[in-house]
Amino acid sequence: MADLSINLAGIKSPNPFWVASAPPSNTAYQCHRAFEAGWGGVVWKTIGDPIVNVSSRYSSHNIGGIRMVGFNNIELISDRSPETNFREIEECKKRWPDRAVIASLMTDTREHWHDYMKRSRDCGADGVELNFGCPHGMCERGMGSAVGQNPDVIETIVGWVMEAAEIPVIVKLTPNITSVAHAARAAKRGGANAVSLINTINSITQVNLDTMCPEPYVAGRSTHGGYCGPAVKPIALNMLHEVASDPEVGLPISGIGGISNWKDAAEFIALGATGVQVCTAIMHYGFRIVEDMIDGLNDYLDSKGMKSVSDMCGKAVHSVNKWETLDLNYKRVASIDYDKCIGCNLCYIACEDGAHQAIGLVKPTTQGLGPGRLPGKPIPEIKEDHCVGCNLCSLVCPVDHCITMVDVKTGGKPMSWKDYQAALVAGKMKPIPAHP
Amino acid sequence: MKLKPLISARQAAANMAELEPKYTPQEALVEADRCLYCFDAPCIMACPTGIDIPSFIKKIANGNLTGSGRVILQANPLGGSCARVCPTSALCEGACVMLDRDEKPIKIGRLQRYATDHVFENKIKVLEPAAKKLGKSVAVIGGGPAGLGCAAELAQLGYDVTIFEKEKQAGGLNTYGIAYYKLRPEDSLAEVELVKSLGVKIKTGVEVGRDIKVAQLEKQFDAIFVGIGLGRTYRLGIPGEDLPEVFEALDFIKLLHTQPLHKVPVGKRVAVIGCGNTAIDAVTQSKRLGATDAVIIYRRGEKDMPAYPYEYEIAKADGCAFLFHTVPVEVVSEKGRVTGLKLARTRTNAQGKLEVVKGSEFIEPFDMVIKALGQEPQAVLLKKLFPKVKLNKDGTVIRSGESGQTSLKHVFAGGDCANGGREVVNAVGEGKKAARGIHKWLTGERVAGPIQATRLGVAGPPFGSGLDKPVRVPELEAEYFGKK
Repeated sequence: MADLSINLAGIKSPNPFWVASAPPSNTAYQCHRAFEAGWGGVVWKTIGDPIVNVSSRYSSHNIGGIRMVGFNNIELISDRSPETNFREIEECKKRWPDRAVIASLMTDTREHWHDYMKRSRDCGADGVELNFGCPHGMCERGMGSAVGQNPDVIETIVGWVMEAAEIPVIVKLTPNITSVAHAARAAKRGGANAVSLINTINSITQVNLDTMCPEPYVAGRSTHGGYCGPAVKPIALNMLHEVASDPEVGLPISGIGGISNWKDAAEFIALGATGVQVCTAIMHYGFRIVEDMIDGLNDYLDSKGMKSVSDMCGKAVHSVNKWETLDLNYKRVASIDYDKCIGCNLCYIACEDGAHQAIGLVKPTTQGLGPGRLPGKPIPEIKEDHCVGCNLCSLVCPVDHCITMVDVKTGGKPMSWKDYQAALVAGKMKPIPAHP
Repeated sequence: MKLKPLISARQAAANMAELEPKYTPQEALVEADRCLYCFDAPCIMACPTGIDIPSFIKKIANGNLTGSGRVILQANPLGGSCARVCPTSALCEGACVMLDRDEKPIKIGRLQRYATDHVFENKIKVLEPAAKKLGKSVAVIGGGPAGLGCAAELAQLGYDVTIFEKEKQAGGLNTYGIAYYKLRPEDSLAEVELVKSLGVKIKTGVEVGRDIKVAQLEKQFDAIFVGIGLGRTYRLGIPGEDLPEVFEALDFIKLLHTQPLHKVPVGKRVAVIGCGNTAIDAVTQSKRLGATDAVIIYRRGEKDMPAYPYEYEIAKADGCAFLFHTVPVEVVSEKGRVTGLKLARTRTNAQGKLEVVKGSEFIEPFDMVIKALGQEPQAVLLKKLFPKVKLNKDGTVIRSGESGQTSLKHVFAGGDCANGGREVVNAVGEGKKAARGIHKWLTGERVAGPIQATRLGVAGPPFGSGLDKPVRVPELEAEYFGKK
C-alpha cells in the first residue's frame, strides 16, 4: 500500500485527488458527498461578489457515440453570497478535518483581496486559489483571464494577496495565453506558494445548423465558453510541462485539465504535478469515480515499487526536450501481427493517402490470412524500405497490439539536429540528402 | 372442411408485425458508429450488387441519411427490400471484419433499411434518369428483381426501357412471395415506383408470348432482357395432390399479399412439405394466421435442410413442428376435402441413399397441405419464347456470367431463370450486370463502375459481387493484374 498523501505548499491531503473549483464544489452538500466518496480535497467554487448566471450554461463536443469528449461552460463564479460560502466551508472543514478545503477567490481591489484572504483564513480553509483563469464573463469585468493574461497584473495582484496571506496561496493560470510559463513566473515574483493549471480554454463547441446559433443557446445568442474535458488533456499536459520545467518558476503545481481516471492523474504527476484537480469527469459520472482513481494509482505505485506519490512526481519532466536534441539516427518501422489482423485495411489507406505510401495491399496467399474468412481478401504488408516509422498505422489500427513499432538498428551513433549542424559547420560530415 | 380465416384483423396485425422493426435514430447512430469504415471492405465484395457499405454507414453516422439512401439505391434499386430479405449473415454481415475481432458484425441489413426507409417515407428523389438519351430501347421480360435491376441500370445509362409483367403488379416475389413479417408488398411497390421514376415503362398484366409476340419485341427493341424467374412448384406425384386444400407455397403466400390478412383462409392443422426457406415462410405464416399446428414434413434430417439456420430458428420460435425423415405417400380425403396425409419414414441405406422404410406408413390428420418443394426451371417457357436459345441440362438458360448474354446475341438473361434460384440480391446484381452487358454490346462502351474502394490487388477471379473489376487507380490495378 503506497502512501498517497500529498503536501502541496503546506496544504495536506490524504490523496492527490481534489475536486476542482467548478459546479461540483458549489455547496457544502456536494463537498460532503465528495469527501464521503473519498476525494482528498475540494477547491470551492470561486467566491466573489454576487453575480447572476444565465440559464443554459453547458455544451459538449461529442464524437461518434462518445458523449462529452470535450465540454464547455459559460457559467460564472458562485452565485451564492460570500457569507454563505465561507460559512459552509467552515462547516465542511469541521466535519472533514483531514481533507483539504481550498477557497477559490476572485475579486478586484486590493482592499477586497485583503478582506477575502482574512475571511478565508477565518473560516478554516487550508489555502486559497486565486482564479486568474475564467475565460468567459468575468474577464469582461477585468477579472479572471483578464488578469491571467497579463503577467504584470498577475504579479501586482498576487503581491496584494500575499500582504494579507496567512495560509498558502495557489494561483490558477489561464491557458488562453501565448506562454503560460511567463504567467507562472509572474505568480512566483508576486510571492505565490503554488500554481494550478490549466483553467478552461476559450471555445465554441458547435453551431446549430438550423438556428445558426452556437450552443449553449441563450435566447437566440451564444457566447464563447471555457473548454475542458478529456479533449483538453494533451494541451494541459504540455502547459504543465512548460511550467514544471521552467527553472524560473520552481513552484509546486496542482495539475488540471481533462483528468478522468488514475492513469490521467499519474501522467500529470509524472510531468510535475504534486496533485490533481478534476471536474468534467465528475460532472459526467459523479463523485464515485474517485474510488478507482485511488485504487488504480495505488496499484500502479505498488507494481512499480514506488512507496509514495511523491516518488513519481516529475519523473517524466526531463524526458521532454527541445526537438533539436532528438536523435536523428533513431529508427523504427511498423510490424503487423497477422494472427491479429482483421483485414480492415485502415492502416493501408491511412499510410497511402495520409502518410508515406509504405503499406501495400497484397494477396493473402503471400502472408496467410489470420482469422479472416474471405479467400480473396487482400491484406496489408509493410514496405520496410519506405516506412519512416511515423506510427500512423499503429494509431489507426483498431486491434490492440496488432501493429507495433519496432526499433531498427541503424548502426549510426546518436546524433541530434544540434550535433548535425555542428558537424556540418566543422566540416565533419556531408549534408544528409533530401527525402526523394 | 372448407378452409376459413381464423383470426381477427387485430390479431393478424400483431402476429404479422415485422420481425425486425426499423431502427430508432438512436439505435441507428449507435450501430453506425460501430462500423470501422474499412478500406476495400470485405462486405462490399460479399454484396452481389456491390453496395459501398462503409460509405452508406458512415453517412448515417454523419447524419446524411439522404446521401446514405442514394449510395444504396444507386448500386441496388431494390436496396430497401434486400435490406429486409437478404441472408445478411451469409453475405455482407458474414464478411464483416468485426467477426475477426470477436465481436458481432455490424447490422448492415438493418442500417440499410433505416436509410432506404428515410428516402421512401419522405419521398426523396435520389436517382435521376439519364440526362442524355441514347435513342436505343430494351424490352425487359419479367418485372421481378432481375428485370427491375436491369431496367434501372439501363434507364440511368440513357435507354428507353419497357418492362412486360404478367401479374397485376411488378416486383415479382418481392411483391407476392416473401413472408409478411419480413417484407410488405408496399415496400416492394415503392421500389417499383422508384424504377418507374427513372422513365422505365412497366406494362403489367401483359404476358409475352400470349399478349405480345417475341417477334414483335425483336422488331421494336434493340435488345431483350429475360428475367422470368422460375415456374410452378415441383409436383409431389402422389394421390390426392390436386385436392382444393393442397396449395403451392407461393400461391399461399401470394394470398397474404393480395387481400387483408384476416381474410386469408388457413387450416387448423397445416402440413408444409419441404424444408427450404420458402417452406419456412409458409409454415410460420400458417401458424401466425391461426393454425393450431403447423408442421414441416421433410424427407431428410435436421442437418440437411436447405433453409438458413436463422430461418429454422424463426420457425422453432413460432412453435412450428418438424417431422424429419418423413415423406408424404398420399393426401387422404373425405368427400373431396383433405383430412390428412399418409406419411412414411425414410432412412439412409448402406449405399448412402435415401430410402423409404417399408411398412412404416402412418396417417396424420391435416386439413391443409402446402407444397414447398422448390420450383421448376422455365425450360418450357424459354423454349416457347426463344426456340433457338441454348439451355443448361437443368433447364436454366445458358448465359455469360460477365454480361448476361445468351446464345442469342440480342437476348440477355439473369435472375432465377438463369441461376436456378438464388437470393433477391443475386437477381438484382445479375440484372445490373446484364444491363452493362447490353450497353457494351449495343455501344461498345464499358461502364466504369462507381469509384469505390474495392478489390485492389486481387488478381483472382471475381467473387462476391462479380461486377466488373472496379478500378480505383488504373495504373496500380494494371500493375497488380499485369503480374499474373
